[in-house]
Amino acid sequence: MNDIILEMRDITKTFPGVKALENVNLKVRRGDIHAICGENGAGKSTLMKVLSGVYPYGSYEGETHYEGKECRFNGIHDSEKVGIVIIHQELALVPLLSIGENIFLGNEQATNGVINWNTVRRRSSELLRKVGLREDPDTLVTNIGTGKQQLVEIAKALSKEVKLLILDEPTASLSEKDSDALLDLLLEFKAQGMTSIMISHKLNEIQRIADQITVIRDGQSIETMDKADITEDRIVTSMVGRSIENRYPSRTPKIGETIFEVKNWSVYHPLHPERQVIKNINLNVRKGEVVGIAGLMGAGRTEFAMSVFGKTYGTNISGEVFLHGKRADTSTVGKAVAGGLAYATEDRKVYGLNLIDHIKHNVTIANLPGVSRSGVIDDMAELKVANEYRKKTNIRSSSVYQIAGNLSGGNQQKVVLSKWLFANPDMLILDEPTRGIDVGAKYEIYTIINKLADEGKGILVISSEMPELLGICDRIYVLNEGRIVGELASHEASQEKIMRAIVRGTAREEQLERAAS
Amino acid sequence: MSTEATPGVSAARASMQQAMKENLREYGLVLALVAIMVFFQVMTNGILFLPVNLTNIVLQNSYIIVMALGMLLVIVAGHIDLSVGAVAGFIGAVAAILMVDYGMNPLLAGFLCIAAGAVIGGIQGYFIAFMKIPSFIVTLAGMLVFKGLLLNVLSGRSVGPFPPLFQLLSAGFIPDVIGPLRLVAPTLNAAGAPIPNTGIVLHSTTMVIGILIVLAMLYFALKSRRDRESHGYDAEPFAFFVIKNLVMAGILLFLMYKFASFKGLPNVLVVMGILIALFVFITKRMTFGRRIYAMGGNVKAAALSGIHTERLTFYIFVIMGMLAALAGLIYSARLNMATPKAGAGLELDVIAAVFVGGASALGGVGQVTGAVIGAFIMGIMNNGMGVMGINIDWQQVIKGMVLLGAVVFDVYNKNKA
Repeated sequence: MNDIILEMRDITKTFPGVKALENVNLKVRRGDIHAICGENGAGKSTLMKVLSGVYPYGSYEGETHYEGKECRFNGIHDSEKVGIVIIHQELALVPLLSIGENIFLGNEQATNGVINWNTVRRRSSELLRKVGLREDPDTLVTNIGTGKQQLVEIAKALSKEVKLLILDEPTASLSEKDSDALLDLLLEFKAQGMTSIMISHKLNEIQRIADQITVIRDGQSIETMDKADITEDRIVTSMVGRSIENRYPSRTPKIGETIFEVKNWSVYHPLHPERQVIKNINLNVRKGEVVGIAGLMGAGRTEFAMSVFGKTYGTNISGEVFLHGKRADTSTVGKAVAGGLAYATEDRKVYGLNLIDHIKHNVTIANLPGVSRSGVIDDMAELKVANEYRKKTNIRSSSVYQIAGNLSGGNQQKVVLSKWLFANPDMLILDEPTRGIDVGAKYEIYTIINKLADEGKGILVISSEMPELLGICDRIYVLNEGRIVGELASHEASQEKIMRAIVRGTAREEQLERAAS
Repeated sequence: MSTEATPGVSAARASMQQAMKENLREYGLVLALVAIMVFFQVMTNGILFLPVNLTNIVLQNSYIIVMALGMLLVIVAGHIDLSVGAVAGFIGAVAAILMVDYGMNPLLAGFLCIAAGAVIGGIQGYFIAFMKIPSFIVTLAGMLVFKGLLLNVLSGRSVGPFPPLFQLLSAGFIPDVIGPLRLVAPTLNAAGAPIPNTGIVLHSTTMVIGILIVLAMLYFALKSRRDRESHGYDAEPFAFFVIKNLVMAGILLFLMYKFASFKGLPNVLVVMGILIALFVFITKRMTFGRRIYAMGGNVKAAALSGIHTERLTFYIFVIMGMLAALAGLIYSARLNMATPKAGAGLELDVIAAVFVGGASALGGVGQVTGAVIGAFIMGIMNNGMGVMGINIDWQQVIKGMVLLGAVVFDVYNKNKA
């Protein structure tokens, strides 16, 4: 059982100016789930691209042996032919095609170019059953949730007779429930003898399902450990190169008067105006306070934040916003920013950054008047600001002229934060500020949050990771199905209490609905 | 986290090689333009650089360049405008009717026409920005509408000629307030009278303006370099800086000398020059321009950064409409009449100029100088091939391939970097 299915030896991959990988070694045993972890930018994805042939043979140094033979892949097609399939972090599905069409995209069930739809339906139903997805193969991918889309990706991989499945952060955008189901599925595949490689940041997941872990740091393989030796501390230590005693920097809160208050906030869905997404929310944040919003996916957290911030989500919005005790008009982004409010999005690539422009222009875009006089930008002032914030938030880049799209996730997040810090708000709403970024960068983000709170700003953090909220917040609101179902002070809060509030809220919601109907 | 080195302030000075590499990409277009000019200079036995021909090239391409300035904003914002040719033709006809049929004062008529262009751009911009209808469709409709209106207002006739004051826009040259400078005396014939086209008489005002522009250019280049250095930011190597600026200054002076040895600066070149400078300033230094790039790069992120993306899009189309109107005026003044076929197909030349100049069809990328050079590349090819006597059919084929080649080169370069 313990034979080696894949061995990568001394892989070195150089990009112009950067060594992305340096003598990386990886051995994967047949039938294992092998986890690869490391900070963002450590080189995990690059390694997987070397393995799957995205970077063709010859563009890197080193050897790959698969099933005892040396491989020289020239593209994804070559690696798929021998049963290596990679599922990328960003799903590669076509939203307006059906599940069946997506599964067989590029591998159409056709004779002489004519698609046999019966075969497509039959085979995709089979595959969907294997991954435990109960959906009609004719359903359009856009109509199913992210969790199910991930399953479609896996079904697609299975259709290619996969022997080695590579998953790049498969649970990054899934809710806890969907993640659990996915991990169970991987265990099931393992029982059937499939080998998987999983890239993940989530240590609890790795602990749960991995047989072996290889840690990569700064483009080098640090160590490979067996299940028996896996502890969270050890993983973290080898990931960051030193032990982090405390994953959350400590802070003594100095809480002042109320800075931000929302009263009777209600929002309806933009496409289905009869559906109420946010139901009469009241909340407040005080000076120097870090307040969390906990809740499951779809609870309405982002919708709440965006509806407050310039009405960028929803229709038929009602309620009042108070900043510094005065009624504030936040009906457009411009007015909200002028009133001292900032919102850093959960999806930095889509809503946060101009990926084709450099750091300097991204940092100043929300506050151009701050570096210009009567509409004319002062180049030197702008450069100074960009460098100042680059230093302040510790953005790792060659200079402020590096293109935002080429930065790692953690550094992109720091650019988004810099942008909003330069707008000099009194009140910041941070939506999933540490999603998809590594332990080290998370710590840096928490440090920034603490510093802002110490400066007397109010901070509202939306997060799906409960330990994070418990670690950094002074107070936590629990949101469920558009309603606030609990408010906990940090000293009395626990994951269990938050979950209980959610469950109780759901039960009450069901009661209400029954009463209404 | 492990502390990283200090940020790029006063970091390693860019090496000569690096500066060459960066600038080669930036000035690749200029080099391409120079190469094409030299090529046609040789192939046309020196006709291309004759002062009269250079002046002609400017006149022939002025309206394309004027519209390319607006089109650059439109394309950087992630849109397209197919209606500009038809709008230019229509406005030219309106101008003709106002001035010729109704005898309106040319200045007033010109002003009204540009206002009409703003309204036309505003209407199209309204549908694009606020109703969220794709610009391709709105302006395709606009193209049909204004082509039709052009035929309608002219009802089949050609209207002209324009009043002399209006003709000056395209046919006039700036007055020589300083007075001509005789550089080389003309050869005299047997009777003692000067033979035409011999000797060199310079239009001094043009030369003085040229020298002033070059001095201003050098001053600002030096100032910005000093600024950077005094703030501790790295600048390109001094030798490179000197060579680059001397070459640019040399080219400018050479062209000015050519104009000066004909009739001086054409009026339309002055208008164009001012507009180009204005648009470079808008895109490089003004918040308005920066916001256009931000919007073209990621419209959602721009909106969430407080940019009024809809209003911005609207204004861009208003500006495009005004420039299309101005181009229509220049075009009709050059022909000295408004015809039912005026402006047909111009939009494609304009769009081609912007793409040859390095703009991205996806938005967010493009430079004003690039669009201008792109327009000149296409214009000089037109002129050169015309002088060489290449048939119009092959001219089209070659131009198409140059357009494709330029974009392929751009994409190739980007992938390599």
